[in-house]
Amino acid sequence: MYAVRNWLTGGVLMMALIAAPAAGRASSTPDSIKLDSLEQLYENVKFNHKKHIMLVKDCEQCHHHTTGTLVQDKNCVRCHKNSGATAVVSCRGCHAAQTFTAAALREKNKNNYHMDKLSLKGAYHQGCMGCHSKSGGPTGCQDCHALKKTGEALYNAGGNAPKHAGNAGKHGGH
Amino acid sequence: MKRRDFLKACMICGAATTLGVSKKAWGAGSFEGYPEGMGVLVDLTRCVGCRSCEAACNKEQKLPEPDAPFNDQSVFEDKRRPTEKAYTVVNRYETKKENGAAGGPVYRKIQCNHCNEPACLTSCFVNAYTKTKEGAVIYNPKICVGCRNCMIACPFNVPGYSYSSAFNPVVKKCIFCYDTRLKNGKPPACVEICPQEVLTFGHRKDLLKIGHERIRETPDRYVDHIYGEREVGGTSWLYLSGTPFEQVGFDTTMGNEPIISNVKEFLGTVPMVLAIWPALFTGFHLLANRKQEHGEQGHDHAKKEDGKQ
Repeated sequence: MYAVRNWLTGGVLMMALIAAPAAGRASSTPDSIKLDSLEQLYENVKFNHKKHIMLVKDCEQCHHHTTGTLVQDKNCVRCHKNSGATAVVSCRGCHAAQTFTAAALREKNKNNYHMDKLSLKGAYHQGCMGCHSKSGGPTGCQDCHALKKTGEALYNAGGNAPKHAGNAGKHGGH
Repeated sequence: MKRRDFLKACMICGAATTLGVSKKAWGAGSFEGYPEGMGVLVDLTRCVGCRSCEAACNKEQKLPEPDAPFNDQSVFEDKRRPTEKAYTVVNRYETKKENGAAGGPVYRKIQCNHCNEPACLTSCFVNAYTKTKEGAVIYNPKICVGCRNCMIACPFNVPGYSYSSAFNPVVKKCIFCYDTRLKNGKPPACVEICPQEVLTFGHRKDLLKIGHERIRETPDRYVDHIYGEREVGGTSWLYLSGTPFEQVGFDTTMGNEPIISNVKEFLGTVPMVLAIWPALFTGFHLLANRKQEHGEQGHDHAKKEDGKQ
């Protein structure tokens, strides 16, 4: 029994050692990321990270000072001139989903810096839309966010479109 | 409120104002909002005109079905204002590319700005309005008599009116989601849904710091002014813009004095007029009449004498 267990442990360790560099790279640079924080209203967004790396090349543009080359933004440089890569690189590692709750506001006021840090949703949208509008990427809401039934209900769109007005002209013959 | 009740209340109010108004009017110095008052910083440079705030407001406040879907961009062809069916609307302004300004469309969200010293509250003679300690300007539709004074008083043209209701028309406006969210420490529905974080919710005093910090960090992006910091005595909702405010539909001619300052001196004279004038003129009347009676008596006397002759 023990022999088998030792062998297994050893095997697993060996595998881990071999896989470690690859796994490290893979975990820091995923090829595709599923963005699902708004899944109550919209279908998930499949973010093609690999493609964006090829297009943008410079990690700093999205990841600030947390990975890749040193940060360029003159406001960030004031403190982060020499800041190297950090352990947390993912957007949701720093940008919280809820930033306006009473607890979050209390926490926010304790910090002298980064008082104005965006929520995850704000960071995604300002990051994506800011770049897309300059570089000609898709900028329409539904280019990324297909509405679910709940989303249609919220926006009075699709199957929930207003019936009394607007459509009246389209049924001219009745 | 029934008509009879209203008239009854009018009679009582008429008497009450004689004593009450002056204290209230003179008491309003420069009130800068409650210390823990909340607010929202609206950053127009971030808005992309998705109208999600309108959709969220509609559902949160259980407003009637809109005329067009909330993802229909054709509504931007007109300049809209808040109504009984929509407590917030977004308007689009085309701006020119000049003097470093980026140009292109600028979107502006309109809703109640929740003034520190609300003109609507001042103008309301049934006291339907309340400025809560959280910063919201709310109203009690059960007290509202539908006089529309607040619609005239509001410097931002915000309150809408339920013209659709034949029997009990009342004023309708944004209440900062007070009942369902704000009083529980939650941000209003529009803030929560905004994808671009155009809307930043927080304590008003912190938002002013954040606003000035954004201007300082990126001076090319903003006009060096926070609209609502001082306008008409300050508002809970504050605006940052990259284009001059007057080009995107803001009234920049209102000054920094609260609306009540324009009327409080006049209102201060009202009780004086009501209390002193009746006594004064009654006195005049009596004096004048006494003389007249003397004259008439004399005349009558003369007449009688004539008759005798």
